[in-house]
Amino acid sequence: MNEDGGPIFRQIADQIENAIVDATLAEEAQAPSTTELAAFHRINPATAAKGINQLVADGVLYKKRGVGMFVASGAREQLLKRRRNEFAQLYLRPLLAEADKLGIGAQELTSMINDRKDPR
Amino acid sequence: MNVDGTLPSAEESRPVATMHEVTMRFRGHTALDNVSVAFQENVITGLLGRNGAGKTTMMQLMAGHLVPTSGQVEVFGANPYENESVLARMSLVKENQKYPEYFRVTDALSAAAMLFPNWDAAFAQSLLADFDLPEKRRIKKLSRGMLSAVGIVIGLASRAPITFFDEPYLGLDAVARQMFYDRLLADYAENSRTIVLSTHLIEEIADLLEHVVLLDRGRILADAGADDLRASAISVSGRSDQIDRFAAGRDLLRREGAGQLSRAVVRVQSRDDRTEADALGLEVAPVSLQHLVVSLTSHGEATIPPSADSADLEEVSR
Repeated sequence: MNEDGGPIFRQIADQIENAIVDATLAEEAQAPSTTELAAFHRINPATAAKGINQLVADGVLYKKRGVGMFVASGAREQLLKRRRNEFAQLYLRPLLAEADKLGIGAQELTSMINDRKDPR
Repeated sequence: MNVDGTLPSAEESRPVATMHEVTMRFRGHTALDNVSVAFQENVITGLLGRNGAGKTTMMQLMAGHLVPTSGQVEVFGANPYENESVLARMSLVKENQKYPEYFRVTDALSAAAMLFPNWDAAFAQSLLADFDLPEKRRIKKLSRGMLSAVGIVIGLASRAPITFFDEPYLGLDAVARQMFYDRLLADYAENSRTIVLSTHLIEEIADLLEHVVLLDRGRILADAGADDLRASAISVSGRSDQIDRFAAGRDLLRREGAGQLSRAVVRVQSRDDRTEADALGLEVAPVSLQHLVVSLTSHGEATIPPSADSADLEEVSR
């Protein structure tokens, strides 16, 4: 794991969330187990469990007793909604701060975005 | 571990090895100074600190190899010293383990098999192969790295309810060390037990640890969950004058760099830290366990040469 990237359990939770958002991990599919996550990321199983438990608390995963963890129905929609809410804070704010530093105005920024969006 | 792969959380754990106001003196030198600590059951704890901080002394006291000058040591509810039933449930892998002169690798394993009730011979065999250890070779003919590997094999295969690894990696190359970490994690996931690991290679093992006990000059400087400890401080970098402004009134753990740009490690005060740093145009980053341990134990000594520092800061200021 990236030791400079915030709490490791949060990074684990983020990765599973990413997999759900990009539909690598479908709703009602089984999530990787604590043991698998620990071995793959070479982290303490308790840390992996903490990441999983966070997602259970958020309603993204749910536990089937004796079987494992599964992606909840509606989890993807829930995550998309939360990420849209966080988008401005997480991405727009640093973007605008940097643009400000470089003297890139709103108009120039808009045209840059439009250029990127155009099919090449 | 439970069937569905969840582990009992730290809150549910209970202490299996404790020290109560323990002081250990060796001919006028105080190795441990009135230390109280509790190691939780089935948790991997990192025992960190500089050379001479008291890590080895602490492990030897727990393992019943030493008697404290004052204070109480309790393991599984009893004093470990010369206590057979407690000692059979503990394994200490030392940096300089001595074996009888004539011992071959296989003899060391046989001896361990007799000592530890949970010994897993098949696991020991697979570990021998993993570490390329020649079973029939005399131990005194082994290289330094191989000797360390023998200790690791014994420590893992003993499956002792408490296993202490006291800097077990001397002479081991990076591949063999990774092998050790991987086997340790995999076996711990299957057979959870209490593991205390002391090392200077903090970066390598940081993710393996659930808990950290940080010793400094015979005292405990930190005793916390690994994630909580990392979250207790942040690194801020940017213009030196702004760093000064930000650090004022805060608990400054370390400061690096000179002239225009600086970097500081400060203890987290509130949720507003990041906003305040942002307002001053400072970059905020989490600290790694290694960086935090260095910050807490370097006592103001400059450990990073100015050249490396400015290179780092250039990157930050870009």
